[in-house]
Amino acid sequence: MTAAVFFGCAFVAFGPALALYIFTIATEPLRIIFLIIGAFFWLVSLLLSSFIWFMAATLTDNKGEPRQRDLLIFGVLISVLIQEMFRFAYYKLLKKSSEGLKSINPGEKAPSMRLLAYVSGLGFGIMSGVFSFVNTLSDSLGPGTVGIHGDPPQFFLNSAFMTLVIILLHMFWGIVFFDGCEKKKWYTLLVVLLTHLLVSALTFISPYSGLNLVLAYIILVLTGIWAFFVSGGSCRSLKLCLLCQDKDSLLFNQRSR
Amino acid sequence: MATDGGVYVDDLGSRSLLRLVSFCVLLAGLCEGNSVEKKIYIPLNKTAPCVRLLNATHQIGCQSSVSGDTGVIHVVQKEEDLQWVLTDGPNPPYVVLLEGTLFTRNLMQKLKGRTSRIAGLAVSLAKPSPASGFSPSVQCPNDGFGVYSNSYGPEFAHCREIAWNSLGDGLAYEDFSFPIFLLEDENETNVIKQCYRDHNLSQNGSAPAFPLCAMQLFSHMHAVISTVTCMRRSFIQSSFSINPEIVCDPLSDYNVWSMLKPVNTSETLEPDDKVVVAATREGDWGLPRISIFKVYLPCLVCRAQLDSRSFFWNVAPGAESAVASFVTQLAAAEALQKAPDVTTLPRNVMFVFFQGETFDYIGSSRMVYDMENGKFPVQLENIDSFVELGQVALRNSLELWMHTDPMSQKNETVQNQVEELLTILEKSGADVPTVVLRRLSRSQPLPPSSLQRFLRARNISGVVLADHSAVFHNHYYQSIYDTAENINVTYPEGQSPEEDLNFVTDTAKALAGVATVLGRALYQLAGGTNFSHTIQADPQTVTRLLYGFLVRANNSWFQSILRPDLRSYLGDGPLQHYIAVSSPTNTTYVVQYALANLTGKVIDLTREQCQDPSKVPTENKDLYEYAWVQGPLNSNETDRLPRCVRSTARLARALSPAFELKQWGSTEYSTWTESRWKDIRARIFLIASKELEFITLMVGFGVLVFSLVVTYCINAKADVLFIAPREPGSVSY
Repeated sequence: MTAAVFFGCAFVAFGPALALYIFTIATEPLRIIFLIIGAFFWLVSLLLSSFIWFMAATLTDNKGEPRQRDLLIFGVLISVLIQEMFRFAYYKLLKKSSEGLKSINPGEKAPSMRLLAYVSGLGFGIMSGVFSFVNTLSDSLGPGTVGIHGDPPQFFLNSAFMTLVIILLHMFWGIVFFDGCEKKKWYTLLVVLLTHLLVSALTFISPYSGLNLVLAYIILVLTGIWAFFVSGGSCRSLKLCLLCQDKDSLLFNQRSR
Repeated sequence: MATDGGVYVDDLGSRSLLRLVSFCVLLAGLCEGNSVEKKIYIPLNKTAPCVRLLNATHQIGCQSSVSGDTGVIHVVQKEEDLQWVLTDGPNPPYVVLLEGTLFTRNLMQKLKGRTSRIAGLAVSLAKPSPASGFSPSVQCPNDGFGVYSNSYGPEFAHCREIAWNSLGDGLAYEDFSFPIFLLEDENETNVIKQCYRDHNLSQNGSAPAFPLCAMQLFSHMHAVISTVTCMRRSFIQSSFSINPEIVCDPLSDYNVWSMLKPVNTSETLEPDDKVVVAATREGDWGLPRISIFKVYLPCLVCRAQLDSRSFFWNVAPGAESAVASFVTQLAAAEALQKAPDVTTLPRNVMFVFFQGETFDYIGSSRMVYDMENGKFPVQLENIDSFVELGQVALRNSLELWMHTDPMSQKNETVQNQVEELLTILEKSGADVPTVVLRRLSRSQPLPPSSLQRFLRARNISGVVLADHSAVFHNHYYQSIYDTAENINVTYPEGQSPEEDLNFVTDTAKALAGVATVLGRALYQLAGGTNFSHTIQADPQTVTRLLYGFLVRANNSWFQSILRPDLRSYLGDGPLQHYIAVSSPTNTTYVVQYALANLTGKVIDLTREQCQDPSKVPTENKDLYEYAWVQGPLNSNETDRLPRCVRSTARLARALSPAFELKQWGSTEYSTWTESRWKDIRARIFLIASKELEFITLMVGFGVLVFSLVVTYCINAKADVLFIAPREPGSVSY
């Protein structure tokens, strides 16, 4: 019966990512490729940060509890920096490749940088979500549940929702970050880096108070709104959309090719 | 183009999936015992499982399912508490945490067969030991494999005369379909009880609220039904498979034996060389563990049992049933070796310590088999007389009873020899004030003893010395409570281990008296006359041996007599005397080296010469065994002074002849095998209520469906929502 917890948590953490993949990514082969390359870039960044963490751990070589915690905080900071560096590297790569894609396929239209931002952000998010949650998920299969040392039993559900936040945030960060690069607004890069650091730091707060989850979701909503506007949304378009007036829109006619 | 693209994508997709999977596997492997697991489970490290043993017709012991049996913990402190487990409790199945005093056959019968409500059993040690006694062995140990049968001495067969182990309830010979574990550590027991009190106690009989504290026990056994079946399965596999899956192994180990005067092991003795055998058993069984130690004197044969068992695997303290007797025999061997004229005695003396006697006489039946087939230097015909030490530590008012066999004494020659043997024993005991030797009625049968296996093969004169005249004095025969306390080996508080090691207990003094009697009797049986009174067993030796075997194996004296590579065999607790399947066991080695050091000589050889003495012209490997031992610490206690010990202490295989002959259904020889297993462990944790699990699943489904719908809508109206910038070169979505 603990399979119920397993599937419940898996759907919470990866359900939205799955939905996005099915409806927006899987429809075109190129997007799948870019998604996977994005995931790969995230993996490489993790590899690099784990090297650094490992070296630091070996050098300090202290098994003390407080030192371990310091090391962990250091590792998270380094890891966030490296992840954002790789996001930038991926942007540079896409920039180059989109030129190349155009020259190979002059007939086809290359995907917009805005779309690529979304796809690569989702790639980053899925991979980091998998890595942060897969172990917990395998333990949720049971037969036991968290709590014998006094921890609250909602641990698995909390972790699942936290993973969901991370995945979606990576997606939004991707969009904002690439846009900042395109428009040469370098302060956005700094904002992305800082929010990323903030969310990572939130995980150090005891996961049982729920405080970190609430703060993370506030950041998620704010980043989401920002990403919405950056990617061409507006209050007007939202209104049009919600009122189902899209048929009246000129844009619809534009699209029907 | 589209097809090409599809193939390309599929390929890439599957590759990335593969990569993902391998990463996850790698990650899972690296993170075993990760912090989430630590939050969920508390492993129980100090436990002893009950494992499955098989003989020609039956399986005994316990097993769990392959993935372990999980149940809600319920602490049973009195019999009425079982009501909740068996009928009232709303959350079956339960794992019962049973107080040691309640672990009896009667109660277990109630639990047996209730697998729908009982997932397993954890038994805590009773402290102090149950006052009424506890023996999971049967009332008639080794029935059917001794000398008496329906055709030979039917009035004595099946213990008709005396049920030797009258307290035995046969619990250890039952088959249980759920796992049973012994909790050896009191702290762990308290952790479990605390978890039970925190989570599983309900107010006035209502159902307790989730989460509940549960326990999972893993002890899946590979073998089933009987030795015949499991050996056949293993045999078929091993005959054609490169990597056979063996399901059971015969119980086997080594007997330890030595000669007073060295004999050439590459030849057999002449028929007129006479040997006195002194024997005892090496092992004993607690709950699932079994071993026996027997000692024999050859030509005069003296024997003791080396092993014991209990209900639980590898918990076989066997203080009274094995240790006391083989320690006594070791002390006697030492005392006898010191007599000045041992080399000129007309007869030789062989000391034998039999292993596996608890399991239908594995050690002695094998030695008899080897003697009959000329695979042992001593032949059955060489045995002049046989002296066996049974259980000797619990004597009432100094009495030591001499048990003899009524059937062989129907032959007048044998009767005269036995009479002579008893007279010699009585004479040797006359000068020892702490021992009074007593005769028994000539019509009383022998207690379970290795001598029975020798009598089965040949009528020899033999005697079994024991502290009991009829039923055993040992109230904890082959149980986990047969410990140092059972034979009153206790030490004053506040002493260091080193002081304890050399503290001569009253038990040690009493056993030294028995050893003195035995030593003198063997001296006279071997034909010695002049120095009988100088033979005196050393209480210091006895007390050190008792301390090492029963209290703390890792002591300075045991360290100094062992080979350097065997050092790790000594743990901080007592040695266990279960015969086991991976042999030789710790006990066997320690007994061999104790015997070697007590009876052997330190000779001046280098390490290389000692390990290969064939290159030294004055030494002979056929006559002696050479051992390079660690030696005592030097004067400033930093280094050891290793040395070479030359003795006649050797090992002889103790594997039942039934396996040599591939007669797995034998009724003549022991057929006990131990099942193999992969994983034995226990852990406790909380289990969540079904409601919480269901809520989690529903939330998951909710999130999935919601995100599918929202994504579909947004995707459908993406062109409305996201107005494309008017950039040249990029295409709107």
